Amino acid sequence: MPKMAKSPWLLHYDGSSCNGCDIEVLACLTPVYDIERFGIINTGNPKHADILLITGGINEQNKPVVEQIYSQMPKPKVVVAVGICACNGGIFKECYNILGGVDKVLPVDIYVPGCAARPEAIMDGVLKAVELLDKKQNEAMAKERRENHAG
Amino acid sequence: MSKRSIVPFGPQHPVLPEPIHLDLVLEDEKVVQAVPSIGFVHRGLEKLVEKKDYQEYVYVAERICGICSFMHGMGYCEAVERIMNIEIPDRAKFLRVIWAEMSRIHSHLLWLGLTADAFGFESLFMESWKMREKILDMFEYSTGGRVIFSVNKIGGQRKDMDDDMIKMFVKLFGEMESDLRELTNTFLQDYSVNTRLRDVGFLTKEQAHDLGAVGPMMRASGISLDTRKMGYAAYPEIKFEPVTSNVGDSYARVDVRIKEIFQSIDIIRQAAKKIPAGTVDVPVKGMPDGEFMMRVEQPRGEAVYYVKANGTKFLDRVRVRTPTFANLPALLETLKGCQLADVPILILTIDPCISCTER
Repeated sequence: MPKMAKSPWLLHYDGSSCNGCDIEVLACLTPVYDIERFGIINTGNPKHADILLITGGINEQNKPVVEQIYSQMPKPKVVVAVGICACNGGIFKECYNILGGVDKVLPVDIYVPGCAARPEAIMDGVLKAVELLDKKQNEAMAKERRENHAG
Repeated sequence: MSKRSIVPFGPQHPVLPEPIHLDLVLEDEKVVQAVPSIGFVHRGLEKLVEKKDYQEYVYVAERICGICSFMHGMGYCEAVERIMNIEIPDRAKFLRVIWAEMSRIHSHLLWLGLTADAFGFESLFMESWKMREKILDMFEYSTGGRVIFSVNKIGGQRKDMDDDMIKMFVKLFGEMESDLRELTNTFLQDYSVNTRLRDVGFLTKEQAHDLGAVGPMMRASGISLDTRKMGYAAYPEIKFEPVTSNVGDSYARVDVRIKEIFQSIDIIRQAAKKIPAGTVDVPVKGMPDGEFMMRVEQPRGEAVYYVKANGTKFLDRVRVRTPTFANLPALLETLKGCQLADVPILILTIDPCISCTER
């Protein structure tokens, strides 16, 4: 794993998951897996969050909620879809109230498959998100420098 | 009279792992009324019976909720087995009891942790979940899955536990018991925990009865009722009495659930002694025709599975009444007149499982 420029905070939102992936996300925080050793904290405030972790598919009722949470997060931000339901709808794909995976409404960067996704897989996904976050940040800074130089 | 104001609570809220929205009508700090709006997790999986055949649907039933997934699968299978008049082998019945009680312990520990988090005792949350991981390890060892196991099928179980494994589990539970005592004593005796739980959110016996509360919420108000006593799986051969309390506040609900953890360990011990040798499944022939209402005691209370079959491989209707749905009226009653700061604890004391409720 490369060196991290900052300690990213993550925000977890339950789309329409069956709870299986949610409790595995929470299990990542507990002493056995301890995601905090990477400096990652689970926050409840979208304005503090760098990584958005979504479990479960998207339905009509939670679509505006997900979009609003995403729009409140500061840039750069990374979206991680946890579990097969968040990736493409999974076993509930044929249900009448499921629009599909999270990528129907948000640009998803990392897909973590599994039913339920294992804590190791979730941690792997989050660490990949951290790398991507660094990359996005560097790109944004480089762009800003170029613009300042040109201006 | 002070001015009324409305505070929105959820759907995305730090204490809630799952989305539910409440509009809290406040007079200063006091909650006057709570108006819920639900539907954020609705998938419509009852309608999926038209697309998946009755044996495939076991997988969907298990995914009604990831916390009590074993019991959802079991409830659905028992209902279909009764329609088709299938008598499953005794060993399978005992295996169902053992896995179901392990699910209950893991669910109650999960809930204890979330409650500790709701009143801001984070290290207690971590300790509870650390203990829970040991049970998840046992699940992984015996079924291959941590939260979704898919060991139920119509006509028995997909997997067997050998006798050494069962003995090992009983030994592990014996070792866990003293750690569990220490952990739960903090909940029951710690001064600061007590001040957050005692005398908060009273539900009287009459209210619990009239509002149709189920499970630990009802038993903490003094009604001694447990669907396990109705006799499904191997429960008729197990000796136990429903755990009750006569107080009816949040502390009583914690107390009842903690006692149920130890009761479940005892049930597993009894089942391990009585489990007979033999096969774990019987072949299933034909298609179901008829209807049945199956009642199962989940960690959160009584769940009802209604299955209607028409003689083809696709069922006509599956309906699930989940315990959280039955407990919501009781929750709204306890929220009236409480302090705003107590709202998260009161929501958690019904042990909400929104994904069951909305399916």
